[in-house]
Amino acid sequence: MITFERVSKIYPGTNIPAIDNVRFEVPEGEICVIIGPSGCGKTTLMRMINRLIPITSGVISIKGQNVSEMDVIKLRRSIGYAIQQIGLFPHMTVYDNIATVPRLLKWDKQRIAARVDELLSLVGLEPDIFRFRYPRELSGGQAQRIGVVRALATDPPVMLMDEPFGAIDPINREVLQDEFLRIQEKVKKTIIFVTHDIHEAIKMGDKIALLETGRLVQYDTPEGLLVNPKNRFVKDFVGADRALKRLDLLKVKDAMMQNPVHCHMEDDAEVVSQHMLENELTFLLVADQNEKLHGYVNHYELKGHHGKVKDLVRPMTITVKPEQNLKDALSKMLSYDIGIVVVVDDDGKLLGVLNTRTLLSVVGETYDERGGVWGKITSRGRI
Amino acid sequence: MIDVKPASSGSDRIWMWIAIGTAFAGGAFVQRMGFFDFVQKNPGEIWKLLLEHIQLVGISSAISISIGVPMGILLTRGFMRRYRDWVLNFLGICQTVPSLAVIAISMTYIGIGPKTAIFALVIYGLMPIIRNAVAGLAGVDQVILDAGRGMGMNSRQLLFRVELPNAMYIILTGIRTSTVINVGTAAMSFLVGGGGLGDLIFTGIAMVDPAYMLAGAIPTACLAVFMNWGFGKIEKWIVSPGLVYD
Ligand SMILES: Nc1ncnc2c1ncn2[C@@H]1O[C@H](COP(=O)(O)OP(=O)(O)OP(=O)(O)O)[C@@H](O)[C@H]1O
Ligand SMILES: [Mg+2]
Repeated sequence: MITFERVSKIYPGTNIPAIDNVRFEVPEGEICVIIGPSGCGKTTLMRMINRLIPITSGVISIKGQNVSEMDVIKLRRSIGYAIQQIGLFPHMTVYDNIATVPRLLKWDKQRIAARVDELLSLVGLEPDIFRFRYPRELSGGQAQRIGVVRALATDPPVMLMDEPFGAIDPINREVLQDEFLRIQEKVKKTIIFVTHDIHEAIKMGDKIALLETGRLVQYDTPEGLLVNPKNRFVKDFVGADRALKRLDLLKVKDAMMQNPVHCHMEDDAEVVSQHMLENELTFLLVADQNEKLHGYVNHYELKGHHGKVKDLVRPMTITVKPEQNLKDALSKMLSYDIGIVVVVDDDGKLLGVLNTRTLLSVVGETYDERGGVWGKITSRGRI
Repeated sequence: MIDVKPASSGSDRIWMWIAIGTAFAGGAFVQRMGFFDFVQKNPGEIWKLLLEHIQLVGISSAISISIGVPMGILLTRGFMRRYRDWVLNFLGICQTVPSLAVIAISMTYIGIGPKTAIFALVIYGLMPIIRNAVAGLAGVDQVILDAGRGMGMNSRQLLFRVELPNAMYIILTGIRTSTVINVGTAAMSFLVGGGGLGDLIFTGIAMVDPAYMLAGAIPTACLAVFMNWGFGKIEKWIVSPGLVYD
């Protein structure tokens, strides 16, 4: 969709290139994060796409069309543009700000009004309250939302975003990132996203382009960057805790051991106890006929009990959903200190189990399916 | 919408009483000088000169604005930007030339009459307008210009939709300064045969007749105050409420 072919930029009056022979391709509908240390040329590279900075040599093309050969005004109107300093026009209301590009493209009034309302609702701002506010009457987070929404106004297929969440505190940034990813899920734009925050890059990027003093060092998926850093620079840049960062990236459902060993409520306690003894299990999960999780039993209590498992079942409250990321799972696990978390779906159905070792094995490269006192919990399913 | 009116503070009140007191004292003073007698005897004369005065100010200010603002715009365009500081310094120096000297110099070239007066007033009034137009436009936040350009505004759209509205307050301040000063300077146009309230002032000085002099000076002062007030209103009306200035 957007291709960079041997792109270089040398600012007049300097002799070191700010961008040096960069080539890569951003597929349609993906977020490509450009990242690197300060002054490595991220902004320069991005602004060459909509020709706010003239290119020195090489070709940037969108959908196979060389941007240098396009009409510059048309080109810019067809690309959404959001910047770190937000750049809302202070003399215009929120409405007029969002309506800027639609007006340049001569949309009619009704269409603009409808679009503005739609966009404001999209980012959770009540149109009737915010429509006629001026930028100075907005909080930082609200202004940033308007900035992003303004770039989205005409539904452009391509968006350029230079640290769009840069001017905002970490907590609100998370909220905005999630919101943005949710929107992207629907609109599927091709996005060039500049940041210097590696967490943001890993979270937002389908691909990450890592720059060092104008050169493209590695262009890869976040996963690839973390697992196979190409050289020392990449390794240092993604940080010593890159293993932990992978936890952000991976979903519970990717790492959990499916079909964990468990028994049913109506099972006979003696049979289950015998089985636990043979397999050196201390604890065992308990589900009902529909595989809905009810809790767990303890071998010491079960031993010698005559009756059903359900008499001794203890509730298991530490559960995660398959869509959560591993970081959430790990923090749950650490805060309750029982060595596992159980994965259930929205209806409470038992899906799988995560334990410290599986987590570590995902993070590290070793894999070991034995799970401590919980025994071999992946192998056979129900006893 | 909640409209919060600022509570009138104590100091406001004090100033109001001082103003009323001064007005009374001034009234008593000008009464003793025979000002009111004069006004009662010559209302037509004063009215005619006032209209002349307004005309001088109106025409010269209109010309100053229509030259000064475009000049300011031109000086902030890319190709002229390198001359900007040079021009601003030059204008700064020019502003130190006394208005009387400007009038005198114009007279030596154009001769006598209202044209000379207007020419001199235009020249003198131009400087604050250009200075403020340049300062206002150059002071527009680069970030919003970048945003505008990035969204695909051409340079004309950028000028009219972004630059001018944001610089408007400072531009208007320049125009206001220029016009208010102009009201005073226009009194000197009598010296080159331009008419206006200066007629009464200078004749009064020559004849050592305070009534005559005040009959020119008081309407001139009132006109300046009124102009200043009027521009304040216009400012509120033109400048976007999104922009706040303290
Ligand atoms: N107009 C300019 N003239 C000369 N050199 C410039 C100009 N703009 C940027 N540079 C240089 O080009 C290099 C890349 O700048 P750029 O703004 O692209 O960095 P960046 O990666 O966006 O940095 P940051 O993370 O700090 O925003 C820097 O070394 C900078 O000094
Ligand atoms: Mg930058």
